[in-house]
Parts: sequence; structure tokens; C-alpha cells
Amino acid sequence: MARSVAKGPYVDEKLVKKVERMERSGRKEPIKTWARRSTVIPEFVGYTFAIHNGMKFIPVYITESMVGHKLGEFAPTRTFRVHSGARAEKAPVRAPK
Amino acid sequence: MARIVGIDLPKDKRVEIGLTYIHGIGRDSSSKILEEVKVNPDTRVKDLTEDEISRIAAIIRSDYKVEGDLRREVTTSVRRLMDIGSYRGMRHKRGLPARGQRTKTNARTRKGPRKQVGVRKKRSLLPGQK
Repeated sequence: MARSVAKGPYVDEKLVKKVERMERSGRKEPIKTWARRSTVIPEFVGYTFAIHNGMKFIPVYITESMVGHKLGEFAPTRTFRVHSGARAEKAPVRAPK
Repeated sequence: MARIVGIDLPKDKRVEIGLTYIHGIGRDSSSKILEEVKVNPDTRVKDLTEDEISRIAAIIRSDYKVEGDLRREVTTSVRRLMDIGSYRGMRHKRGLPARGQRTKTNARTRKGPRKQVGVRKKRSLLPGQK
């Protein structure tokens, strides 16, 4: 079921603080986060987030078209595996980029 | 001969059904359109008057996104999902269901006809051959 509009989008508060701190310092480096469930808000655009995928942090540069999606959508948690055979050579076990 | 927004004309069917031959118009929008232009949904497409046809066409053109425009909208939104590297985009690239359906079985609409996978035994291991 979709989230109630009255509540507004869910954004991780600590993450917003991190972004603000980054903004004030003027530096631009990856913001490490575990908050996969947080919605991407316009303020995030232009920053790189290191999003945890359960194993490691996936760097994701946030662009305007990503607004409204959840951070977790950009850091896949599963490795896509193929059966052995001709195609397996071409599409090997791939660590998410 | 009823042509509405392009090349659509099944002439022996009821208008309500005939309109659904237009991509982007299903039973629901079809009956709403006919309601709005006051055309009996039971009339056959071939029995429509010129005036009725043009009224239907006008409504569709102004209020509905159909055929090429609709297809274009769908492909651009799918392309957007793929370009931003989202999970749903990945599923589209791989031709797998994008809304969390199971893929252990079923999902044939997205995956297409069954493909044989698995380990093939080497010829020399098959019985009765040397």
C-alpha cells in the first residue's frame, strides 16, 4: 500500500543533517549511509551517497531524475547469477557497481 | 468506414468494443467516452453517423493519450528508470518482472518462452557410447 500523502515523503532526518553539514562545509565527498528506505529529496541532488547494500557501500551520484525514488533502489542487494554455459562467460557473476 | 485517430476500424462490432481497438482505450474509457457524447454503446461501428464519429474523435483527441503518444510516454518513462540505474530499471533491462513478482516459477510474460538451461552431460559420459 502506498504511503499516506498527508504524512509527506519519508526522509531520514539524520541523513538530512549530514547533507546540511556537508553543504555548510562546502566539501563534496560521498555521504555514507544505511538509510536505504529514505526518499531522495531535491536537496540531495548533486551529492554522492555511499549507500549500504548489506555488504558494502555503493557510491551513487544523485541526479535530478532520481528525486522521489528511495536510496535503496540504487544499491542492489543481490548478485545476479547465471547458469553455466555460453552466456555465463559473457555475463559473469557481477558485483553491483 | 470509421477512422478515429489513425488507422482503427473494426466495423461489425459494437462501438463500445470497437473503440478498445485503439491503444490506450479500454472498456472503461470506452464506455465513458460514449456516455459523454451520448452515443448508444450497442450501435455497430458501421451504423455510426459521420457526426457521431467526429464527436467521438474530438473527445479522444482532446482528453485521451492514445497510440503513438502513449507508447512514447511509456518508453520514455521506462528509459528513465534504466538511465538512473534504479532497481526497476535493472529489471527492465534484464526482461524480468519489475514489481517484486516471483520468478522461481511463472513470470513467462516477461521472460518469454522457456529456455533450456542446466548442465549438459558430455557425450563420453552418456551410456551406450564409447
